[in-house]
Amino acid sequence: MGKLINNGIRLDGRRVDELRPYKLEVGVLKNADGSAYIELGKNKIIVAVYGPKEVHPKHIALPDRCVIRCRYHMSPFSTDVRKTPAPSRREIEISKVIREALEPTILVEEYPRTAIDIFLEVLQSDGGSRCAGITAAALALADAGISMCDLVVACAAGKVDGTMVLDLSDIEDKEGEADMPVAVMPNLGIITLLQLDGILTHEEFKQGIDLALEGCRRLHEAQRKALMDRYFKTAPNQEVE
Amino acid sequence: MAAAKKSFIMEHLRKAHMIELLAKGRRLDGRELLDYRPIEIKCNIIQKANGSAQVNLGNTQVIAGVKIEVGAPFPDTPDKGLLVVNAEILPLASPYAEPGPPDEEAIELSRVVDRGVRESGMIDLSKLVLIPGQKVRAVFVDVSVLNVDGNLIDATSYAVVSALMTTKMPVLEVSEGGGIVEKAEYIPLPFSTIPVSVTFARIGDSLIVDPDSEEESVMDARITLTTVEGGHLCAGQKGLAGGLTYEQIMFAAETAKIKGQEIREVIKKAVASVG
Repeated sequence: MGKLINNGIRLDGRRVDELRPYKLEVGVLKNADGSAYIELGKNKIIVAVYGPKEVHPKHIALPDRCVIRCRYHMSPFSTDVRKTPAPSRREIEISKVIREALEPTILVEEYPRTAIDIFLEVLQSDGGSRCAGITAAALALADAGISMCDLVVACAAGKVDGTMVLDLSDIEDKEGEADMPVAVMPNLGIITLLQLDGILTHEEFKQGIDLALEGCRRLHEAQRKALMDRYFKTAPNQEVE
Repeated sequence: MAAAKKSFIMEHLRKAHMIELLAKGRRLDGRELLDYRPIEIKCNIIQKANGSAQVNLGNTQVIAGVKIEVGAPFPDTPDKGLLVVNAEILPLASPYAEPGPPDEEAIELSRVVDRGVRESGMIDLSKLVLIPGQKVRAVFVDVSVLNVDGNLIDATSYAVVSALMTTKMPVLEVSEGGGIVEKAEYIPLPFSTIPVSVTFARIGDSLIVDPDSEEESVMDARITLTTVEGGHLCAGQKGLAGGLTYEQIMFAAETAKIKGQEIREVIKKAVASVG
């Protein structure tokens, strides 16, 4: 038996197909047009959406659609060792993949010559912060009233001690063999983010995607619930499934 | 700092209305001139930090986190640890905040708060020395502003002080070779007094405390005064292009002492509640 999984139980007590405890909340910031907060394991991430709004600098505006801008940033106190506040190469890449994971769902043609800004701030980091960030960002977009064809939800799967597991924690991500974040538009079934770090067989790859999609399905339920809590609280008699 | 711009005409009407009200000793949100908005302080919210606190001052929301590292002292103060206070107004905090390096407003914010903590002597930096001239503890206090609604200086200051008061640092031992060994035990960061800043805005002839965004958008001058326990002043900063009279400054100093003591009790309570 490896040191990360013992008799099918992981270091934090989870089974291989279990998510860490999570909490989702919509509408947490007053100034933002839309906002959301997620906790997933030790991750604590707050997301704000501003827009659609005028584009500065003007020359990046597009005549037939909006531009989407995304910034993933970690607070200096979010990590074990203090992170300098200036954006790192890692944060810049993650900002890009998050933007590209969210963009397919936004009906960009409805907002010509405008910009939509998505800001993700990691207040405390754990494994899988980009996935948690995407899950919250989709809620913030919905909260901002942006037209979308679906939500987006993300979850990672990976290989730890030779076993495929769902939702890697910090230590599993660092010590494990492979990590594979996946984002999906849950109702359309279209995958909008896929990254892979590490070696997997074809069989493991398929297993990993299936696991990640199952995690996404559960998180999507939580997303729906968070939106319901925010927008349907005033109508207690209304039956929602 | 500008207030929410919905309509240009409405904005002017509200400003005129605000000034009219202030002349009668009242404010748009119903507060008296020397009332703070509700102060909510939650400590130890970031487990990965050595100390942390979130402060909500009305709709202004800030989070401070403390990280303690080992670093080299400044050559001119070989017998003192390092204290660095850094605040960032995150782009998610306001429609007017931009991503990028801190602007002049954010730098003033960091420096005014830093001065209050440093000059109060709250943290005895000489107790943070491991090997004089070579290795000292470096205390980084980083502040992320999450939502801007005026008076960032006070919100940041209370968050920084509360985070420092809840900070636990690892016990360090200097081995014979001059290496640093980290123990599994944690001790509180030694602090003595609690510095509390009180920020005033002058609008016309009225002096108010804790201005919100809307009030800041019309204020003529701003002054922040920080007191230590017992009421002595330890730091101050006047801001903006307008001036203040001698009487206004004396009034502010006296008020900073009284309000400071009230807020000090709020901070103590919040810190005590997390043990």
